[in-house]
Amino acid sequence: MYKYDEFDAEFVNQRALQFGRQVESRLSGSLSEEQFRPLRLMNGLYLQLHAYMLRINVPYGCLNSVQMRKLAHIARVYDKDYGHLTTRQNMQFNWIKLADMPEILLELASVEMHGIQSSGNCIRNITADEYAGVAAEEIEDPRVYCELLRQWSSLHPEFSFLPRKFKISVTGSEKDRAAVKAHDIGLRLYRNENGEEGFEVFVGGGLGRTPFIGKSIRAFLPTRHVLSYCEAILRVYNQLGRRDNKYKARIKILVHEMGAEAFTELVEKEWAQISAGALEVPEAELERVRAFFVPPAYERLPEESPELEAQLGSDAAFATWARQQLAAHKQPGYAIVNISCSPVGKPPGDISSAQMDVVANLADTYNFGEMRVTHNQNLVFTDVRKSDLFALWQELVRVGLATSNHGLISDTICCPGLDYCALATARSIPVAEKLSQRFADQDKQKEIGEIYLNMSGCINACGHHHVGNIGIVGVDKKNSELYQLMLGGSAEEDASLGKILGPGFDEDGIVDAVENVIDTYLELRDESERFIDTYRRVGPDPFKERLYSAPA
Amino acid sequence: MATVKKNPVKFPDGDAGPMQQVVIANRLTDGVVVFLGRDRQWVTYLKDCPPAETPEEAETLLAMGVEAENNQEIVGPELIEVQDQNGTLAPIKMREAMRARGPSIRTDLGKQAGN
Amino acid sequence: MPLLKNGAIADDPYTRVEGDDALPAEGAVLVDLARWESERDALIRRDGEVGVWLTSSETPAAIAEDLPHLAVVALEFPAFTDGRAYSSARLLRERYAYEGEVRAVGDVLIEQLHFMDRAGFSSFEFSSDQPEEDWITAQSDMKIWYQPTGDERPTATQLRRR
Repeated sequence: MYKYDEFDAEFVNQRALQFGRQVESRLSGSLSEEQFRPLRLMNGLYLQLHAYMLRINVPYGCLNSVQMRKLAHIARVYDKDYGHLTTRQNMQFNWIKLADMPEILLELASVEMHGIQSSGNCIRNITADEYAGVAAEEIEDPRVYCELLRQWSSLHPEFSFLPRKFKISVTGSEKDRAAVKAHDIGLRLYRNENGEEGFEVFVGGGLGRTPFIGKSIRAFLPTRHVLSYCEAILRVYNQLGRRDNKYKARIKILVHEMGAEAFTELVEKEWAQISAGALEVPEAELERVRAFFVPPAYERLPEESPELEAQLGSDAAFATWARQQLAAHKQPGYAIVNISCSPVGKPPGDISSAQMDVVANLADTYNFGEMRVTHNQNLVFTDVRKSDLFALWQELVRVGLATSNHGLISDTICCPGLDYCALATARSIPVAEKLSQRFADQDKQKEIGEIYLNMSGCINACGHHHVGNIGIVGVDKKNSELYQLMLGGSAEEDASLGKILGPGFDEDGIVDAVENVIDTYLELRDESERFIDTYRRVGPDPFKERLYSAPA
Repeated sequence: MATVKKNPVKFPDGDAGPMQQVVIANRLTDGVVVFLGRDRQWVTYLKDCPPAETPEEAETLLAMGVEAENNQEIVGPELIEVQDQNGTLAPIKMREAMRARGPSIRTDLGKQAGN
Repeated sequence: MPLLKNGAIADDPYTRVEGDDALPAEGAVLVDLARWESERDALIRRDGEVGVWLTSSETPAAIAEDLPHLAVVALEFPAFTDGRAYSSARLLRERYAYEGEVRAVGDVLIEQLHFMDRAGFSSFEFSSDQPEEDWITAQSDMKIWYQPTGDERPTATQLRRR
């Protein structure tokens, strides 16, 4: 993974010291809350229901064991012994003291971490495919470009006061694990017919109050132009994006109101002026960054491991986990391991400092000292020898990180909701917990198969409910929680937005409703159809009928 | 200048009894939820906070809250409605009830757990 | 409001003429875009320097042809969160090669000075008890930049190759 040089280190250090000074000014009263708020947000510090919340960037989800240990340390010393993995592949802490912030930022800077632009109306943490560099079906590793984008977007002199927040995501695979069509800019890396690398560029995707699927505005952008093209898009957005209404300020609204064609024309016109300028990535810089992402020192191994085959045969629990949590690796004899942080009946994405320490040690032993955070609020070990899987699993079992629900119904995406969040209108975690308990049976989950259940505690959609195959959004109705159900969303390459099925439910009612939806699907599905396939074939009516028709 | 969010002050007439109000905020240095209690002291538990009984009293409390915000003691003072629930004072709105107790999914944390 | 220029408080010779207010008999003036467009020739003929004040929804494209006549372009920040003027400043410098004064007016805070400096602003109407100290603080806050802009300060990428 990328390693800071003296310039990156100084950059983050300067910023930590600057924020330290700003915190002092706030505590002494020379900055009012109104003046301080945007400054703290630009450093990832929110004021939530119970305390300050600090969001720490994990650039495109890549984390090393030293950093993970530091996060565990911060949880232990400055917070309440746990952290929360977010859908932007970051980690956040819910009980931070303002007065501790200068110290915390220096601690983070010492391991090449920070909270810069994890909030605010600026370019947020760049996200990427969590299998970047190792997925068997990958075309190109997107991380090199993520890193270039990370640097370019850090304290950009022109784009730090945008109309609204701005999210960029990059994938290099056919299978889209980075939800590129649900981002302000989505970049899909591929090779054209001449074998040249380039991006398909999507703009104007996003969830929130007004969800849109991103529009493809350029079929092929040579990779060396990625920064200038993004700069052109951002410049058009910075000048023309709406600033009169924060709910209409995202680029998706601009693209929608203007029309994708007219928007594209402006971007292309702007880009024509700057494409040959200083933003063209020099080959030397590309080489420098690329060198950080060369594959680790893999051993030459046969594809199959007889040891693993024997262990799969002799331990049923291990076999269940392995069938569910592993993905195919580029390198023979290695596997990608999904580590679920959404155990049954627990808040999705929460991880204790003790678990963080164990994961860091396991990463050192089995995964070249690195790991990834996924947008599904889980962790991934990308490079585990097949012969090590059994030992790794045994260690994970010991700390409660061996749940076998990857891609299954209990592996929900879930925002913090009204239990923590100042914007939420309903709780979301308790519903996710109840749902995972209702579907806790492994065989049942397996029978249901691949499905994405996403849940938010308000219409801002941090839990990505519009792009869940099943989406749930909690709202406040006369001071009680009401949960609306939507079906048919997808964040993948066949992205689509879910539609609300009908009137909402209370907390227990929504759990029953989801079970009814699942039962209906199981009755209707053709052999091997995923939930989303069945829904697309039969439409919402059979589900509506089941849920809302009067009992016979 | 600090901006103050203010819920409308409503006091029903007649026998319904007075709707009570308190000032809630977050402490500046650590963000902990506090209430404006007796003698202008900020307290961490709602039970230690005598509510305002009249609209005038509520306005006075809120003014104290604004002053405390300008003095860098607290952030975001707000008047909220509370009522007696089985002998204990509790906020009427879910959001404020959460702030007064702690997260419902981690009863080992926050005020409900005394930490 | 004090004017910060080259790190020091400077005299501001410009009189701001809002809307259709009468022009002073002599001296430098700063007029709105509408005034400039309607009285362009008269303003050019007039004795004294002239500058144009652009609101955040007006872009420098509107005065691109006229820049040789303008000694100053003031770009307004109606709120510090409205970042349109950063794009305007860069366009003035980088697209239209404007070499005159680019002035930041409106809601200008110390925390923005380093962004403005890099975007091409050269003067700042800046309300502070200690503007010169603030300028030094803002300059020393951030010394590493990743983005190339018209000021041609070396970026981290360029420094690495030295």
